[in-house]
Amino acid sequence: MNTVRQLDRVVIRFAGDSGDGMQLTGDRFTAETAKLGNDLSTLPNYPAEIRAPAGTLPGVSSFQIHFADSDILTPGDEPEVLVAMNPAALKANLPDLKSGGIVIVNTDEFTKRNLTKVGYAANPVEDGSLDDYQLIEVPLTSLTIGALEDYDIGKKDAARSKNMFALGLLSWMYSRTTGVTEDFLKKKFAAKPDIAEANIAALKAGWNYGETAESFAVQYEIPPATLPAGTYRNITGNQALAWGVIAAGVASDLPVFLGAYPITPASDILHELSKHKRFGVTTVQAEDEIAAVGAALGASWGGALGVTTSSGPGIALKSETISLAVSLELPLVVIDVQRAGPSTGMPTKTEQADLMMAMFGRHGEAPIAIVAPQSPSDCYEAMLEATRMALHYRTPVMLLSDGYIANGAEPWKLPDPADLPDLSVEFATEFNDTDSSGNEIFLPFKRDPETLARPWAVPGTPGLQHRIGGIEKADGTGDISYDPANHDHMVRTRAAKIAGIPVPDLEVEDPGDTDVLVLGWGSTWGPIGAAVRGLRDRGIPIARAHLRYLNPMPANLGEVLARYDKVVVPEMNLGQLSQLLRSGFPGTDVIGYNKVRGLPFTSNELQDALEEVIKNG
Amino acid sequence: MADAVKLDAPKLKAKDFKSDQEVRWCPGCGDYAILAAVQSFLPELGLEREKIAFVSGIGCSSRFPYYLNTYGMHSIHGRAPTIATGLATSRPDLSVWVVTGDGDALSIGGNHLIHALRRNVNLKILLFNNRIYGLTKGQYSPTSEPGKLTKSTPMGSVDAPFNPLSLALGSEATFVARTLDSDRAHLQQVLRAAAEHEGSAFVEIYQNCPIFNDNAFEVLKSAETRDEAIIRLENGQPIRFGDRAVVQSGYGLEVKDVADVDESDIVVHKSDVDDPAYAFALSRLSGTELDHTPIGVFRSVERPTYDEQVRHQVEEASAGVDRKGALDRLLNSGDTWTVL
Repeated sequence: MNTVRQLDRVVIRFAGDSGDGMQLTGDRFTAETAKLGNDLSTLPNYPAEIRAPAGTLPGVSSFQIHFADSDILTPGDEPEVLVAMNPAALKANLPDLKSGGIVIVNTDEFTKRNLTKVGYAANPVEDGSLDDYQLIEVPLTSLTIGALEDYDIGKKDAARSKNMFALGLLSWMYSRTTGVTEDFLKKKFAAKPDIAEANIAALKAGWNYGETAESFAVQYEIPPATLPAGTYRNITGNQALAWGVIAAGVASDLPVFLGAYPITPASDILHELSKHKRFGVTTVQAEDEIAAVGAALGASWGGALGVTTSSGPGIALKSETISLAVSLELPLVVIDVQRAGPSTGMPTKTEQADLMMAMFGRHGEAPIAIVAPQSPSDCYEAMLEATRMALHYRTPVMLLSDGYIANGAEPWKLPDPADLPDLSVEFATEFNDTDSSGNEIFLPFKRDPETLARPWAVPGTPGLQHRIGGIEKADGTGDISYDPANHDHMVRTRAAKIAGIPVPDLEVEDPGDTDVLVLGWGSTWGPIGAAVRGLRDRGIPIARAHLRYLNPMPANLGEVLARYDKVVVPEMNLGQLSQLLRSGFPGTDVIGYNKVRGLPFTSNELQDALEEVIKNG
Repeated sequence: MADAVKLDAPKLKAKDFKSDQEVRWCPGCGDYAILAAVQSFLPELGLEREKIAFVSGIGCSSRFPYYLNTYGMHSIHGRAPTIATGLATSRPDLSVWVVTGDGDALSIGGNHLIHALRRNVNLKILLFNNRIYGLTKGQYSPTSEPGKLTKSTPMGSVDAPFNPLSLALGSEATFVARTLDSDRAHLQQVLRAAAEHEGSAFVEIYQNCPIFNDNAFEVLKSAETRDEAIIRLENGQPIRFGDRAVVQSGYGLEVKDVADVDESDIVVHKSDVDDPAYAFALSRLSGTELDHTPIGVFRSVERPTYDEQVRHQVEEASAGVDRKGALDRLLNSGDTWTVL
């Protein structure tokens, strides 16, 4: 009988070669963990190369999961358990492992050749270099092949199931079930039942190995978290965003039109939406980024909810068309899943460095609204907000996600579609003015005095034929105009329209007794929250707030900033929000905490940075 | 600006398609003739004006939508086909036209043109080819002849030009035609054929720019030369012009004196030949020197349209779907768990 030990949380990282199926392993472990009611957060990390040479450091792919018996905010700073499928995975990930942590190595792969490939002079499993860790040696490959001896598959195919063996083993160690994964495998390999059976056998063999092998004296249990009542699922940011697009179509009662060109890390939104045509969603994979946004804008003109998705390099290409949409005053939602730049940068790594591009990256005075989701599941609501602004103010809206929330996953308490906001719009169908001779006419730029939005008369509407274009137009009539006063008026009016979009006040979480505020935006919400929690647990008070609306910013922002002596702004860029705050609110002492490593902040580094500011205050 | 007229039985006239905007092209510009021809052709579509949308890019020709009392968008340089693709795909009830020029369609927008054509989006693309950049005041274009002296090529252009029809055919276009700004009857005949075509229709219109490239097409217009230069393509008719005829030659076509060929060797024009090689060979009969210039419909074949197929997929998937209920099912699909 094994000892069962209770834990309140654990961080596990699966690491192997890109071809080892680590993302799938992590995904399955996550599904089982979610099913058991733990709160969780995940961080996939994989190379941009589809298959870098096997066994090399650039080819290492990993998946980290943090799960707990209480609510958690990040995928965890340091793994406590590392599963290393080969020497490269060990070498690349060992520096992150918590001192004293558990290392499970697939000893079959620790051959002289594989060790040399990554520069190990001696076998770290044998030379004592892992003495600071709890080393567990498992010949994963040969055990898997052995377990599948009776199946009618070749050795090579059998060996490929070693990730399922590892999953089974870890599932046993952390008292996970395997039923969800068994069902998944049956479905995934429905056409190849032999492969499905072999994978399930490997999974079970891994589980049984844990149960019987003497190296595993301890089994761990992480009780479920007490989350608010409701039905939950696990969701990534890109999936939540895609579903948010669908929901926006339902809420607005408009057909959805997505124009997209494949780009990491945004492509999954296109893939997901392509599967859901039943919602009246049209997806067009265009010839390039410009065509993608052009088609979306053309569909918007025709009365659809036009959406385009991309990442930084693609958004740069779309810039001229977004400016056109500003000038035409038509709705358009532009989704930027930010990645590390400039140029190709590090496509699979995260960054928040497109904020200034979103704010100012267009020619002329071309303001647009900007919304940034704070976590994977939040992408759904953020998309609804972006749609509300776009439709009701006839403007492009940029939604700034990033690679971290796009690929990271967390449990999500499912919303009820009955509670969707009403985002419906009224198209213009009637004349809205009279000319000097008393004839009824339609003025395409006669604005709603409240919102400053112009009427949206879609082609096909009888009697309202009109022409729109990128040339400056006279307010009201929309006729071409080079009148200096009119241009000045139009530039100011378009700016006032965006500035006047109502957004909720910034909420501040202030425990009292502090003059330091930490203010973030976007995906830093989790790490900042965990850091703030850690500080408060240690009796160090700090106030925190998170900006969801980057343009326009909340009306009470100035008043909030004025309440604090110091405002710390952590960003995965060199200080873009900091700059906006310094120029917009000159009296504020803004202290940036900036790193661009392609990785999310750890809560520990943020705790240290915040504590430093508090102490030196 | 909109007009109050709403017709029960569409019997519109050319004037019904004139907008209230003052036309501002240079005096003598070929665009005037094309505009007049289009305005007097549009009633033939039998559509209410609101069912027609013109989309343009940037350039002299791209001012076109402002002068038509239909829906219109004057967009950005080269991108009209993209916007028109979005509109045509989402709005099957509209007749969508793209007006573009040789710079707009073949330089900055070349990529969008070829992709619209290969997809066979239901768009009518009118390319006004004046073989010069007009709006930017006289630089050479992708259809200018080699050696052309312009502001940006004072020692002569060294660019090899595009043959727009060859390009369109290479892009898998299902309808390819050429006509002249000055020949209204022919222009309208080609527009009619283009309008009737299901899918992308590509129409090159030779258009005179009196300011920067005057008389570029004079050989096709002057009474002395035109009969020897213009080849009028008529379906089912042997291709003859002046004293000459088109015959097969090796792998392509060639112009010969009628006196030197058997009547039976003269190629009989057929625009619905499946193999685009024939239309391509026709497009190669004239280069920039225009000595033997076929006009008319080179190619007109049927192929499923992109927009129709896209809509079909969406319609098939969404028929009878209650979106709210389906959203609830989607959210609850796969692995979920309930916390009590």
